[in-house]
Amino acid sequence: MNLARETAVGIFILIGLICVTWLTVKLGKMEFVPGQGFELSARFDSASGLRVGADVEIAGVPVGCVINIFLDADPMRTQAVVRLRLEKDLQLSDDSIASIKTSGLIGDKYISLSRGGSEKILGVGDTIHETESAVDLESLIGKYAFGGV
Amino acid sequence: MTKLLTLPSAMCGFMGRWSMTAIDSVGEMTLFMLVGLSHIFCGARIFPRTLQQLYAIGFKSLFVILLIGIFCGMVLGLQGYYTLVQFGSVGLLGSAVSLSLIRELGPVLTAIMLTGRAGSSMAAEIGVMRITDQIDALYVMDINPMAYLVSPRLLAAMISFPLLTAIFDVIGIVGGYLTGVLMLNINEGAYFYRIASSVTMSDLTGGFIKSFAFGLLVTTVCCHQGYNTHQRRDSVGPEAVGNATTSAVVISCVLILASDYVLTSFLL
Repeated sequence: MNLARETAVGIFILIGLICVTWLTVKLGKMEFVPGQGFELSARFDSASGLRVGADVEIAGVPVGCVINIFLDADPMRTQAVVRLRLEKDLQLSDDSIASIKTSGLIGDKYISLSRGGSEKILGVGDTIHETESAVDLESLIGKYAFGGV
Repeated sequence: MTKLLTLPSAMCGFMGRWSMTAIDSVGEMTLFMLVGLSHIFCGARIFPRTLQQLYAIGFKSLFVILLIGIFCGMVLGLQGYYTLVQFGSVGLLGSAVSLSLIRELGPVLTAIMLTGRAGSSMAAEIGVMRITDQIDALYVMDINPMAYLVSPRLLAAMISFPLLTAIFDVIGIVGGYLTGVLMLNINEGAYFYRIASSVTMSDLTGGFIKSFAFGLLVTTVCCHQGYNTHQRRDSVGPEAVGNATTSAVVISCVLILASDYVLTSFLL
């Protein structure tokens, strides 16, 4: 009886742990080996709507994510600094363009990178200089409606 | 003049008495829990007793949690589909099902089910032991009744509540898959992609913190009600056991939902 009970508890714990593992690794995207990939930063005039964890894509292929968004420490500049973590073996030239885009009309914001033609490759901690901020749909509509175009 | 003052002072007296009783019982339960927790570390032979409780709380509740989880996920898939189809965004069904399960429904429904299944039996078992003087007998035999009865239950609840919540979440997502993908023909890839992209680690840790807290809460309340059956003012004997079980379940359920609100507002 005691053995059967121990087996039953073992089955229960096993099923529970399998579920926990599936949830944390598959859904929570927990990294057992932290620090995979390399980090870059990019300055945007506005990072409105962009959230930590948003995808970074090249040609629609996810290659990384946003890990931090903060205001530039320099008081003379009002720019948002976005830290990106990209896949380890990704090579980006230093004239690549980072732009904030929206998936669908009301979807989440993500960062789209387009590769440049320069031969200099961006390394760990470098900054992407060419950026395009999010399109402000409301002000565009306002311009159209009130004849500012 | 004195007559005018009687009513307000009587009301103040009532309020004061009520709040003092409430604070008293909260403090008493906290102390009860702390004593129970402290005996986990110094109680003798805690492991076999905990195994027995893991069997009673965890394994025996497995089937009912699977059943509830799958129906809960299925109804979420159904309701979510008919709401989202109005906006033409049925692809978001995966997010809706998984986030509502992992953040809220998983921990809360699991805790309420376990209150009904395991908590009530804890209160009744300990209550019967109390009115038949078995707890005093334990004490006479130099077995600490707290370490023997309460600590293994607390430890087992702390282990099995989060595990059962994880099982509930996973089986609920499967339930949403059954209605959403197999019955209503949503794209299977979109369903699972949406789940993976919208669930973050903080959602999961939040859910597990909640279920851990509910485990402590439910076990403390149920054991406390059973343990103090003999001190009930409203009834004695077998009737007191019945009343203790009822109030254990009612207090646990109310506290689960109230503390869920408080925990969510802290975690968000």
